[in-house]
Amino acid sequence: MNLLLVGTSHRLAPVELRERVALDPDRAAELGAQLAAEIDGEALLLSTCNRTEVYLSASEAARADRRATELLEGLAGAELDPYLYRLEDEAAAVHLFRVAAGLDSLVPGEGEILGQVRTAYERGTVGPLLDRVFNLALHTGKKVRTDTAIAESPGTTSSAAAALAAQVFGDLDGSRIAIVGAGRIGTRAARRLIKRGATLSFVANRTDARGRALADELGGETIPLERVSDAVASCDILVSSTSSPELVLTKDDVAGVLAARKGRPLLLIDLAVPRDLDPAINELGDCYLYDIDDLQAVVEETTRGREAEFAKAEAIAVAEGERFSAWLAARDVAPVIASLRQRAEEIRRSELAKASGRLADLSEGERSAVESLTTQIVNKLLHEPIVRLKEAAAEEHRGPESRLEG
Amino acid sequence: MAELLVWPALLAYGEAAVAYAGNARHPGSLGRLATWGVRVGWLAQTALLAGQAARGEGFPWGTWAGSLNLFVWLVVGAYLIWGCSPRYRMLGLAVMPLAAALLGVSYLAGGTAAEQGPSWHDVLLVVHVSFVLSAFAGFTVAAGLAALELWQARLLKHHRATILRLRLSSLVALDQLTVKTIAVSLAALTLGLAPGFARLPEHGVDLLIVATVGMWLLYAGILALRVQAGRRVLAASLSLVGFGLVIVLQLGLLLTHVA
Repeated sequence: MNLLLVGTSHRLAPVELRERVALDPDRAAELGAQLAAEIDGEALLLSTCNRTEVYLSASEAARADRRATELLEGLAGAELDPYLYRLEDEAAAVHLFRVAAGLDSLVPGEGEILGQVRTAYERGTVGPLLDRVFNLALHTGKKVRTDTAIAESPGTTSSAAAALAAQVFGDLDGSRIAIVGAGRIGTRAARRLIKRGATLSFVANRTDARGRALADELGGETIPLERVSDAVASCDILVSSTSSPELVLTKDDVAGVLAARKGRPLLLIDLAVPRDLDPAINELGDCYLYDIDDLQAVVEETTRGREAEFAKAEAIAVAEGERFSAWLAARDVAPVIASLRQRAEEIRRSELAKASGRLADLSEGERSAVESLTTQIVNKLLHEPIVRLKEAAAEEHRGPESRLEG
Repeated sequence: MAELLVWPALLAYGEAAVAYAGNARHPGSLGRLATWGVRVGWLAQTALLAGQAARGEGFPWGTWAGSLNLFVWLVVGAYLIWGCSPRYRMLGLAVMPLAAALLGVSYLAGGTAAEQGPSWHDVLLVVHVSFVLSAFAGFTVAAGLAALELWQARLLKHHRATILRLRLSSLVALDQLTVKTIAVSLAALTLGLAPGFARLPEHGVDLLIVATVGMWLLYAGILALRVQAGRRVLAASLSLVGFGLVIVLQLGLLLTHVA
């Protein structure tokens, strides 16, 4: 066993247990360093709100497993044990690659996890094996995001709204959002946008207390619902979800503020039924208005292609796992191959030494030709067994399928 | 021997064009193949141009076919600056078929041969042509960016549900890149026009010069429209009109500079 993973995630453990083992990156790095020293090997803790996993490499696997389990149970208590899983070698690597690709996330395809894997790697105590597997994990995460569209596959209307905002503004850092109506759906969509880097401009709500609470939480100001038409110039994305039977914003309201925006697009998301925003707003230049049906259509369309994209991403993770396994195998048999080559070289030299009397009359050039010839013969004889050795080692590494021990 | 380099360049540009088309249908590894096609093709064409420069004396791309060869190299070079990232692969679909076709035309007309026609030794003329061609290349890439921007704006306006699957660069990013590309190209055109004006007393004013000045005014207007008046869509549309003018001026070069 080269690589061992002991951990728990949202797939097995309830939030009450997950929150006990959740660590900030500094604490995770500190515990990883301690563990590495204790097991005399490599150890790295990857901790996010949905998982805490310990990646290990040590000569004494059973001891490393025990110490990692003790560490996690020390944080969450012995009741964590049934929720722990253990994976080894290629299975552990493929798991990490799936994690880095966002395939094992609570919201599959989300991209935040790749940054968390990078942070854990940069701060962790890594040796050659963990360095290799985490480098491959980062590579896999990037490759999946480049070669597949899993990140562009929102599964809900609120995530579709956030994805559309990113399509218009790119990086949402610096984009300002407005929430009109502090209802559950609108608030959820706004939270998603803020999570992507947008900042809150204002909250307008019929009930002042609720709007104030939301503005305080998300860091913006509140304005009366009647003033939305004046304030819309200050935002880039407006999310509306009031229960008002009348339009909150008309085409004329928005047309009046467009000149001040100097061509910067305005994305308006109308999640209300009946609609809050005049559909004619979409006719204005630089304004893009999406209502709930438009968002639903985006969700349905992306869901159709979602399965194929996820299958592609899974295939990438598995292929990278095989690469890792081949690397492990080559690493394992490297000493055997080196010793085989050394022995063969010794035999070659010894046979040449024995024949030195018969070769004494050879010129320098002829002697060099004999050297070269015998070296080539030895290399050709060794080639096949070395290839077979590597293949057998790779086969042995692939051996057991991924094991998920609950 | 150097002229043989046109083949790897043509093949690589052609491969990139086909791979970009494939990538538009099924995003994935074809995009990377396209990127490598652009890189390899551009390197091969760079070597070809270096070979031509080494053989010739002075500025060896004085023929319209030679200048077309140089123009293609500049266009692909400008595209390489930001085109080789996944988000701008759609731009490659606009640029690379054009590059492959124009390089093919240049080859057929002898613009890629090692020995070109008589070389130019007039420094002012060389500076003039180099900067003007660079500006044209920049305007071509800007037109590709503007076309993508307008297309995406249209998809957003019509609520096309497939928009997220196309994996385009964001509307704002395309807008900003278009403006930057035009600004840089306009500066190059200004630098190219200055030596052109210096030669006026000797050569006089022709229609081509008038059209080039018209182009300068058009792109300056586009920048003013976008930056001062905030007319994003109009500026992008006019960038396409500007590209039309680039084509007209290239044809004008063809008709007036046949060597």
